[in-house]
Amino acid sequence: MGEAIRAIIREHGRLSVDVDTLGDEADLYEAGMTSHAGVNVMLALEDRFDLEFPDRMLRRSVFESVAAIRAAIEELQAEG
Amino acid sequence: MSTLLLEAGCALQAERLAAVERIGRELAGPNADDVDRAARFPREAVDALRRERFLSASVPVELGGWGCGVAELGAMCEALAQHCAATAMIFAMHHIQVASIARHMGGSQRLRRYLEDLSERQYLIASVTSEVGVGGDLRRSVAAVEVSGDRFVLNKDATTVSYGAHADDLLITARRAPDAAPNDQSLVLAHRADTALEQTGGWDTLGMRGTCSPGFKVRAQGYADQVLPEPFAEIASRTMVPYSHLLWCSCWTGIASAAVGKVRKAIRAEARKKPGTTPPNALRLAELMTGLQTLQQSVRAACTDYDRICAAPGAKETLSSLAYAVRINNLKVASSQSAAQIVTQALLAGGIMAYKNDSPFAMGRHLRDVHSAALMVANDRLLATNASLLLVLKDD
Repeated sequence: MGEAIRAIIREHGRLSVDVDTLGDEADLYEAGMTSHAGVNVMLALEDRFDLEFPDRMLRRSVFESVAAIRAAIEELQAEG
Repeated sequence: MSTLLLEAGCALQAERLAAVERIGRELAGPNADDVDRAARFPREAVDALRRERFLSASVPVELGGWGCGVAELGAMCEALAQHCAATAMIFAMHHIQVASIARHMGGSQRLRRYLEDLSERQYLIASVTSEVGVGGDLRRSVAAVEVSGDRFVLNKDATTVSYGAHADDLLITARRAPDAAPNDQSLVLAHRADTALEQTGGWDTLGMRGTCSPGFKVRAQGYADQVLPEPFAEIASRTMVPYSHLLWCSCWTGIASAAVGKVRKAIRAEARKKPGTTPPNALRLAELMTGLQTLQQSVRAACTDYDRICAAPGAKETLSSLAYAVRINNLKVASSQSAAQIVTQALLAGGIMAYKNDSPFAMGRHLRDVHSAALMVANDRLLATNASLLLVLKDD
């Protein structure tokens, strides 16, 4: 799943560095992801993983790193 | 006991609001036309606010202020704006800065001491967020703060700095470090004494002329712990953006009620001449009141709502949610449009007496001031942000 998340960030996150140079915990916003790019990442994740992030998850902290995104997706998939 | 405290608190609030109303009536109002004509700083009213300790109104009580929340500050802005919109806007912008420090200074001893000093000496803080190259985009910077040892240096070419030449201190946005991305920002407190300001333009505008907001090249330095410890992204979403929109909306509401107030007086004067007949444009007044009341209620409710969220558990999550960002942007767009519409209708209802600049019912200044509302953070920018956020927001 990590690779799929990274592929989406690479395509839509508009980072100022290559996502592969960042660890799973690295702050994506610090790496240059704007809130607009963040929205595109969310949309692409919803499409790729066939899920919808509820409003309670639409917060900066939920999308701030690869690890945080993975945790959010896993939580939604577990809820099924 | 708690009821007593509550009553004591309400009495204090009422007393403070009455004092602001008096400053508005006695100093801001009588000077408003001169401030507007000369595009000069409203020093009489600001000096009075300073003398009566209103510049520390939003500083927490334990640091020497009154700990006013947004609802109380909003009421003060509304009261001032009825007399002089520029004074109200300066008061609003100052408290946006104070609150940004007070709510995000973490354990910084230097910033705590600064707020204590501010309470004692009534410093006025100006905001330096706009910049050549990014314009009014709050969440991007070109300039970077350079920290070396216990000192920082920051040079920024700002496009508009309201009352920059009259401020004691500045709060500046900048990239966190020279190698940081444009949106990876910090907020930096710079003292006027350690800052060189070179004015780069004029401020000859349609309205809000007394805010004196030309561009400045800012060269600041100071201690490294004048950089606020929290990332600006957090400060912006939880404090600076909501405070700005709520207090600005309160100012515009005040402008709208001043305009409606004048129409009211004009129509009453007409009615007194012919008792027994309702003047035909009294209907327009009734219509205006509908719009004004709706505007007042929605702005005041949003202010109270913000204070309530801040006092509740989970405040951090609620305020930094996309849902709240959309809500607060909507309030700004709707209020700025509605205030301008009300003042325009007031001009029509007031007729020629409102059109004349030398009449007691003159609408000119209000009309010019209120048109700043749609531009200060352009409504289109906010709508574009909302359009993007609504793609993912479910409103569930």
